[in-house]
Amino acid sequence: MTAPQRSDGVMPGRLGPAILEQNFRDAYPPLNPHEATVAADRCYFCHDAPCITACPTEIDIPLFIRQIATGTPKAAARTILSQNILGGMCARVCPTETLCEQACVREAAEGKPVEIGQLQRFATDQLMATGAHPFQRAAPTGKTIAVVGAGPAGLACAHRLAMHGHDVVIFEAKPKGGGLNEYGIAAYKSTEDFAQRELDWLLQIGGIDIRHGQRLGVAISLPALQTEYDAVFLGMGLGGVNALGVPGEDKDHAEDAVAFISDLRQADDLAALPIGRRVVVIGGGMTAIDAGVQAKLLGAEDVTIVYRRGKEAMSASDHEQDHAQRKGVRLIYNAAPVGIEGNGRLTGVTFAYTETRDGKLVVTDDTFTLPADQVFKAIGQTLEGVPDGLKLDGRKIAVSGAGATSLDGVWAGGDCAAGGDDLTVTAVAEGRDAADDIHRSLMG
Amino acid sequence: MADLTTDFLGIKSPNPFWLASAPPTDKEYNVRRAFEAGWGGVVWKTLGSEGPPVVNVNGPRYGAIWGADRRLLGLNNIELITDRPLETNLEEIARVKADYPDRAMIVSLMVPCDEDSWKAILPRVAETGADGIELNFGCPHGMSERGMGAAVGQVPEYVEMVTRWCKTYYDKPVIVKLTPNIADIRGPARAAKNGGADAVSLINTINSITAVNLDSMSPEPMIDGRGTHGGYCGPAVKPIALNMVAEIARDPATRGLPISGIGGVTTWRDAAEFMALGAGNVQVCTAAMTYGFKIVQEMISGLSQWMDEKGYASTGDIVGRAVPNVTDWQYLNLNHITKARINQDLCIKCGRCYAACEDTSHQAISMSPDRVFEVMDDECVACNLCVNVCPVDDCITMEVLQPGQVDERTGKVVEEAYANWTTHPNNPMAKAAE
Repeated sequence: MTAPQRSDGVMPGRLGPAILEQNFRDAYPPLNPHEATVAADRCYFCHDAPCITACPTEIDIPLFIRQIATGTPKAAARTILSQNILGGMCARVCPTETLCEQACVREAAEGKPVEIGQLQRFATDQLMATGAHPFQRAAPTGKTIAVVGAGPAGLACAHRLAMHGHDVVIFEAKPKGGGLNEYGIAAYKSTEDFAQRELDWLLQIGGIDIRHGQRLGVAISLPALQTEYDAVFLGMGLGGVNALGVPGEDKDHAEDAVAFISDLRQADDLAALPIGRRVVVIGGGMTAIDAGVQAKLLGAEDVTIVYRRGKEAMSASDHEQDHAQRKGVRLIYNAAPVGIEGNGRLTGVTFAYTETRDGKLVVTDDTFTLPADQVFKAIGQTLEGVPDGLKLDGRKIAVSGAGATSLDGVWAGGDCAAGGDDLTVTAVAEGRDAADDIHRSLMG
Repeated sequence: MADLTTDFLGIKSPNPFWLASAPPTDKEYNVRRAFEAGWGGVVWKTLGSEGPPVVNVNGPRYGAIWGADRRLLGLNNIELITDRPLETNLEEIARVKADYPDRAMIVSLMVPCDEDSWKAILPRVAETGADGIELNFGCPHGMSERGMGAAVGQVPEYVEMVTRWCKTYYDKPVIVKLTPNIADIRGPARAAKNGGADAVSLINTINSITAVNLDSMSPEPMIDGRGTHGGYCGPAVKPIALNMVAEIARDPATRGLPISGIGGVTTWRDAAEFMALGAGNVQVCTAAMTYGFKIVQEMISGLSQWMDEKGYASTGDIVGRAVPNVTDWQYLNLNHITKARINQDLCIKCGRCYAACEDTSHQAISMSPDRVFEVMDDECVACNLCVNVCPVDDCITMEVLQPGQVDERTGKVVEEAYANWTTHPNNPMAKAAE
């Protein structure tokens, strides 16, 4: 009998439970108190610190690190959470190497920045372990705001609105809140059901009612929300997935990476998740990396991520690319898919090398075929079901100022809104700022 | 190779690194191992009079302060003198000295402040063959409450009196160990010299409370909910010790009196600094208590390398070399004008120099929107704070203005001539230069 790892096809149980448990553990274990003190001591407490500027939520990083260094991690957590209520998740998933830690002066000095992300996790973990919620609501305003989507943008917006004394109803399409924190993001970045624990902790502020199964355009409509509520915030993310547009795309096991990641996050038993022996991931973002790495961790023997442009153009950071390669994932750059092969069963993907000519990406005649029994498409997500009357900017909702849309009384933020990187931290900043703007607009 | 041997009061040792009178030198077992590790000498932990030994507390004896990664910066202790029988100590001293004739063996003593007590113990010490004695006039806790230790060291008349008794009843060198818990260290140093001391050693530990336990509201180290002041030592006390050594070295009344330097010596460099300020050797305790006896190897190799690089052939070449440059503030050259210079290639743009200067000094550093920090010569008073807060080695330095250059802050041309406060026109006491 062939060992499960070396059996062709897409099948569950390639690895035993013990190895799977090990593979999907916290990829970056938290600092212990002593490690945190030592790491905190490396912070220079810069004047007008570059790390703050680099953080989309503008957390006062030198202050919170000094609070850790002086033995008050809960005060540090308050500093973090007052700017970024999802500071716990951001500590786990932020590409710090391209944000705060890239700006850290010790990165310039030694190529070794202060471990800001890990310190943020240390502080927020300490506070959340107490179970207490550090913020209180202002006196009730009598206003109620509708928030569409319980992802990072919606939750940040709802929490800030609740703090201002407003009531909030969140309309969420899925059975759980958290958005991509719950359904996206590699499992080893958010272990022990952290997304749900953080959500429960956030809701302790009070005044936030989440209603599930409420997809915009299906169960609810924007005009109805506008009529019924004092303001509306749209933070429904990007529900659609881009198609490759190549022959064979409809074969079994040519799947969307986001669905794979979501299934994996929701799986009770990882050993029951089917995975190919040879897996090809097409794309160059975090979704591609998360899908590729997790395919490998599930027991795929051979995983290749193929990106149509060069390494430097990849939206996944160098750090993430290195992480994938350390886990045994192969990365191929400058190749675009031209066909998914197989007479019936999927057997491979054919790629053509690409070149940039006059600033345009051109597919050459030089092709190669990677054998595969499973393909994950990770070439981006799109906004679906845009309500009528909303002005778009490109393929996303156009916003001005702090997330104001073209419709009066309607704000938007997060991945569905134009501008900003599609990052959890950016979504939090946009949701928070929209909430402040909504508050100003409602209270005069 | 530089010659590290020292001759201190005629006592030869292979290097200037002695272990100070303290827990590391409390018994034969430790001292033999210290000598095997390479220490040049030891001052045996203080002996008391014959009779029932002292008792120590049975809870924590040490308190500490730490830097990052728990680097020990300062230690204090509430331990007393040896709590082992006098006879045991004397026998061990004799045995160890016999086996290590090339190492210095000094015996620290503390007995009640009466002539008979000293007269009784000194012959016993002499019989051991030890090379000399050190009078513990510094211990700041416990023994001082009984009229010994710092209680003697803080009264120059007592220092002189006891020193004289020891010189009367003991033939070999007498070193007087001084307490820093006094307003002017020169008083007891002069008294020791007047009493006939062959040398002084300093500093003993500093009265201190290392921390307060904010849960129990007790000083640390805490014994059953209460605490007392202890003797502070370790790297944190070095600057205080260096100053006191220098004060004695340059005092006309004590100039030339041999000094054994003590206080936070942790590396070869610390030792070299003490010696440059007049110490003929150094005594070490906290560094050994933190890292073990092996640390002496770095001290020996480091001092040796530095002396070779500087062309100093023997330790005698460095002792006291910096003393002529220790002066009073009023003699500092007011025509020596410097300006801070920021090396833009080394700058990592942390802005600490800017925050320090802007918030707490002379608003002499500018910050551009793209975080370029520059010194404004018309405001810079050359205080050096930016140099001290900059986290990058040699990024900010002080440039000396040459005679003829204009100090943009004052608008005056830099003069070549030395001029100090004693002749400055703003000084009401100024004397015209002759």
